[in-house]
Amino acid sequence: MANLTINGKTFTLDVEADTPLLWAIRENAGLTGTKYGCGIAQCGACTVHLDGVATRSCGISVAEAEGKKITTIEGLGSGATLHKVQEAWIAQDVPQCGYCQSGMIMAVTALLNEKPKPTDADIDEAITNICRCGTFQQVREAIHTIASA
Amino acid sequence: MNKHVSPKLNRRAFVIGTAAVGAGLAIGFDLPFGGPTVVRAADGSPEVNAWVVIRPDDTVVIRVARSEMGQGSLTGLAQLVAEELECDWTKVTTEFPSPGQNVARKRVWGDYSTGGSRGIRGSHDYVRKGGAAARMMLIQAAANDWKVPASECTAVNSVITHTPSGKTTTYGKVAEAAAKLTPPTDVKLKDPKDWRLIGKGVKRLDTPDKVTGTTVYGIDVKLPGMLNAAIKDCPVTGGKLKSYDEAKIAGMKGVKKVMKVGDTAVAVVADTFWHAKTALDALPIVWDEGENAKVSSASIAKWLAEGLDGGPAYVGNSNGDTKAALVGAAKTIEAVYNYPYQNHATMEPMNATALYTADKCEVWCGTQNGEAAFAAALEASELPAEKCDVNKLLLGGGFGRRGQTDYVRQAVLIAKQMPGTPIKLIWTREEDMTHGRYHPVTQCKLTAGFDADNNLTAFHMRISGQSILASLRPDALVKGMDPATFAGLNAKGDAPFGYSVPNLLIEHSMRNPHIIPGFWRGVNVNQNAIYVECFMDELAHAAGQDPLEFRRKLMKDHPKHLAVLEAVAEKIGWSTAPPQGVYRGLAHFASYGSYVAAAAEISVIDGTKIKVHRIVAATDPGYAVNPAQIERQIAGSFVYGLSGLFYGGITVKDGAVEQTNFDTYDSMRIAAMPKVESIVMPSGGFWGGVGEPTIGVAGPAVLNAYFAATGKRIRSVPLRDQNITFA
Repeated sequence: MANLTINGKTFTLDVEADTPLLWAIRENAGLTGTKYGCGIAQCGACTVHLDGVATRSCGISVAEAEGKKITTIEGLGSGATLHKVQEAWIAQDVPQCGYCQSGMIMAVTALLNEKPKPTDADIDEAITNICRCGTFQQVREAIHTIASA
Repeated sequence: MNKHVSPKLNRRAFVIGTAAVGAGLAIGFDLPFGGPTVVRAADGSPEVNAWVVIRPDDTVVIRVARSEMGQGSLTGLAQLVAEELECDWTKVTTEFPSPGQNVARKRVWGDYSTGGSRGIRGSHDYVRKGGAAARMMLIQAAANDWKVPASECTAVNSVITHTPSGKTTTYGKVAEAAAKLTPPTDVKLKDPKDWRLIGKGVKRLDTPDKVTGTTVYGIDVKLPGMLNAAIKDCPVTGGKLKSYDEAKIAGMKGVKKVMKVGDTAVAVVADTFWHAKTALDALPIVWDEGENAKVSSASIAKWLAEGLDGGPAYVGNSNGDTKAALVGAAKTIEAVYNYPYQNHATMEPMNATALYTADKCEVWCGTQNGEAAFAAALEASELPAEKCDVNKLLLGGGFGRRGQTDYVRQAVLIAKQMPGTPIKLIWTREEDMTHGRYHPVTQCKLTAGFDADNNLTAFHMRISGQSILASLRPDALVKGMDPATFAGLNAKGDAPFGYSVPNLLIEHSMRNPHIIPGFWRGVNVNQNAIYVECFMDELAHAAGQDPLEFRRKLMKDHPKHLAVLEAVAEKIGWSTAPPQGVYRGLAHFASYGSYVAAAAEISVIDGTKIKVHRIVAATDPGYAVNPAQIERQIAGSFVYGLSGLFYGGITVKDGAVEQTNFDTYDSMRIAAMPKVESIVMPSGGFWGGVGEPTIGVAGPAVLNAYFAATGKRIRSVPLRDQNITFA
């Protein structure tokens, strides 16, 4: 059993302590916005915030996440109000297939929390998520649009 | 015009029926389902016709038969219907009719296959007619109500107006009556100059759910009582499952069943996927790998190399007497190129959910070909068509991989062993990487002859390697030849060669290793564009001519090819010197009915690190339905194509694929993304594809720029294997 605080709610989940956080979020908490892409912390599709830090949830265990504030894509906005990154993603029509975008948005949100006006070099360093559709040009433009607002 | 497909068809009859209909002759409005019996959508709203459902609140539901995998044709196809329907675009929503419904309704929605960049170009005519017919019926219903001639009424933005009296009503108010009318037989489409929605870069319809995590992809399906499965198929294609020791994982948490799947695979079903995967990883498995275990990348390369110089070959394009012209040439140039296996690596690994009972088989999955997935469900379940259906979901990437149905078959075979329980099968990334349907492997020898004045007189291109159709669609071979191999190299058709050479011979020595090939975004364009366009660059330099001028002389009879090439040359500033340390390369190609070109600007550090600063790309797709989405497809295609160029090598050892995940099969990140400047230049009069054509030109443009920078010619993909990476 594990107690996880996800999007402000406490979940008591029947999982082993070494279960990757990703699968506890998807299968036990039932929040499927966080995606499985590689399972080895390479692609970033499973990115969530752990106490505000962008973290690849496939690469850490439930035990490591206990006691921390976990935010997933479902908890990024507040109620019906979208987060400004989600708004920008819609305005810029960023997603193609969209599968990587939950992780992409979580990574970008963490970057903007740390650096509200990131340079291209900051973006290159912080955003290492894989997008096979190739939305990077729109991702970069959307980040700069948010930063200049 | 509709081919009747019996609801009791067997799989073979079904596949034949599907092929016979071909380019989508089914037209969704000419079927006799007008009249007193109104066909209703699930929520009870009336179908005006198969393409259009209108709810009382004026919401317009447009049916989309093709799949949406990120390429945007869900939105583009809705634009086509809405253009003729004259509905309020802000009230448009979409839904996927199921393949089972399509069969039950005599293929009213035509072809579901979503590949070959044919989503729009293959259905633009009948979907627009569907919209136009619905508009006519809605106007007629209003006219009937008002007791006025329909010719006195017009429709704009879902509002019908009787012009003489000024009376108005809305689509939602007359849809019920319209659905009872006999569909019109004479449907005229708008002149393209009158289009209001086609040609507009409207936003995608599927974006909002994709930024909140609420889109349900196949991997996200939840059903009551559902269990999860993990699977391992024999690492060597052609091999079999010999045995597994179930006792070793007895008692592992959550495990419900361990089972054989077909002759080649084993699956563990558990309460969660994580438990299924954990148990499967612990399960001792013995494979009978068979003869193919002797095959390696080196043995494949050797076999292909033997096909470069002689023996039988299929001729795809020829004119003149090339062999004689080469013998008589003042100068000949020769080069050998190669292109590797590549995995699609869709972000969402393969998965499918199936529920089997004695009298029903239902599947939920992302698929590029709903009807093929349906046929796979029929075959695996051994149930008749009326007892099967496939629920199509949005795809987390397709790129050609999800046109195949191996994962659907597996899911049904698993569910069949646990009747009544829905089971979601998810492939691990490792399973996905090692059981792909890979971009085919080829080599190519190119030989060119010049006369004494440096005019190109002979061009011989001999491809040796794998055919996709021979493996996946042998019925499409033409006297043994795979016509798809010659994408972009044909004398005519929708993928024509862009040069005129007095003596031309393009041929294919077919050699099919055991690795199963597949349609990989761009398909045979990827290697053919590199072979032709890099070699043309070599020839220009050998002739001491500017690469643009050299090409231009050979392209007089190919104005559409030339137009896109000149457009990128002009925009990148070909006639002026690039900035210090920056080098340029050009390429063009035609495929899937569109003409495309790219110009790249790169710099190279230490000969091994390439920074791609800028790519200017042009496309002439005839008509551009949504230019904003076309720009995104162009930029995205370069991410996929350049990832393939730099990293995309799948290698074979002991018959099995060596790469297992993104750590050994990398993909471009945002830091390497060049600035892509798109030129969408539709010349009108034809419908070309968008998703694939541009992918092939980024590679040769970058490679040609690399030569300009270093004087070194790269003839082998991926660059990873030559220790060249993105800067």
